[in-house]
Amino acid sequence: MASVKVVITGVGAVSPFGIGFPRMMDALYAGSSAVVSLKEQWENEVKGLNCWVGAPLKERLPSQEIPRQYRRTMGPTALMAVFAAKEAIAGAGIPHAVFSNGRTGVSFSSTTGSAASLTAYFKEYFEGAFVKNVSSGGFFQVMSHTCAANIAHFLNIRGRVISPDAACSSSAQAIGMGYEAIKYGIQDMMLCGGADELNAIVCGSFDLLNATSCRYNGTPNETPRPFDRDRDGTVCGEGAGCVVLESEESALARGASILAEVAGFSTSSDGSHLAQPHSASIAQCMREALASAHMAPEKVDYISAHATGTLLGDAAEAQAIHEVFGGGRPAVSSLKGHMGHTLGASGVLELSASFKMMNDGILIPTLNLKTPGEGCEDIDHVTELRKCRINAFAKNSFAFGGINSVIIIKRYGADND
Amino acid sequence: MTEQEIAERVKKIMVEEFELKEEILVPTASLYDELGLDSLDSVDLVVALEREFSFKVVRNLDEEKIRAIRQLKDIHEFIMEKQKAMQGEPK
Repeated sequence: MASVKVVITGVGAVSPFGIGFPRMMDALYAGSSAVVSLKEQWENEVKGLNCWVGAPLKERLPSQEIPRQYRRTMGPTALMAVFAAKEAIAGAGIPHAVFSNGRTGVSFSSTTGSAASLTAYFKEYFEGAFVKNVSSGGFFQVMSHTCAANIAHFLNIRGRVISPDAACSSSAQAIGMGYEAIKYGIQDMMLCGGADELNAIVCGSFDLLNATSCRYNGTPNETPRPFDRDRDGTVCGEGAGCVVLESEESALARGASILAEVAGFSTSSDGSHLAQPHSASIAQCMREALASAHMAPEKVDYISAHATGTLLGDAAEAQAIHEVFGGGRPAVSSLKGHMGHTLGASGVLELSASFKMMNDGILIPTLNLKTPGEGCEDIDHVTELRKCRINAFAKNSFAFGGINSVIIIKRYGADND
Repeated sequence: MTEQEIAERVKKIMVEEFELKEEILVPTASLYDELGLDSLDSVDLVVALEREFSFKVVRNLDEEKIRAIRQLKDIHEFIMEKQKAMQGEPK
């Protein structure tokens, strides 16, 4: 099957640092942390948490900008997704007519439709075994493909709508599947990404698996600590990210600015355990992504690690990177020290930040990484802003459920040789 | 409750639930063509009316009457009818 070159022409972000991709990048370059104490807020919502920190969106979304007939079916997750999509398509300069031509689609997902809307939905049910008072939009807020469907509805998109929900790997898979839809000529353009909201129950789900950070409740800025000796778990964040993927032909025909090229993608299953990271299958997924990009490991200059700050996950990823790429290179950093783990949004937010870093020639370090922990030492950690030329990078993204996803991005016009 | 009182309370629902501007809420306003409501809104409207006027819409009994509602004034009439029926109910 003939394959089409796929490029990125737009980006949008709602991150813990606020609304808009520039705001996220400014905060990342400044080395800021979005992690704060949520004890006061969460104490009234849930009992028995060990982790009382999180990275919430720092400002309110101007939801009134979305007309009511669209907004009523959006929970917080879908709302953030729509704002990210709005920014991405505005930046890409896409004419509105393109959305309904049947050749433009959406590939967008999240861990759940909305934790807050699910809570409200089931509160009605549990209090009286009765759902009559749930608003008609309630189901559309909690359904698993709420982001993709709401974006498509809002923009009158008529092409394919995919929602490959895969928890924390949701947006990486969504980008990969959007990439494949264009690569194989099925669509010309795909709005891709993911979103997730922060909620005490979401944090609680990680908490009960002992995956959250709980030693830094009094010093939130010091956690999570990806790859660090003193890491003790992850910190949940929230946000949404969107990238516009487009065939090179489409982008060139309309004179779009090309931000980067999607060179390869792989997603696979550990096949062994739903929660425990598996170094060998991470390594295998990275090899398959490189093969898909027809790229040798030594051509990858940077890896945007999944590294969430958990003991097992970070070490498994570091070992897999070392196994595939060898010691010494490429440079590796995780952005979760800054933003926490934005779950379904993390893949797209971190991928977007990484192609900005690639185009700027500056790598952002792993915040809170002081001394690499055992099993994390043998890779080239970025520990301070580093100027360097990056022609290609890999975005790693893994999830509960044994899901691995790796995307290879390269500078537009760069050779693989 | 007078028709005027009912109309005011329905108007309040329209403004609060459906974010409609008060000035367009005339009795002859068409719910679907002029006010832009749709099938999902009609579900929420019934719930809001039930709550506001303390009655229950009975699916088999009221379904056709609900479906026949086209304008704001039809809602007023439906509520008056429901209230009359409730007054006739044994206490």
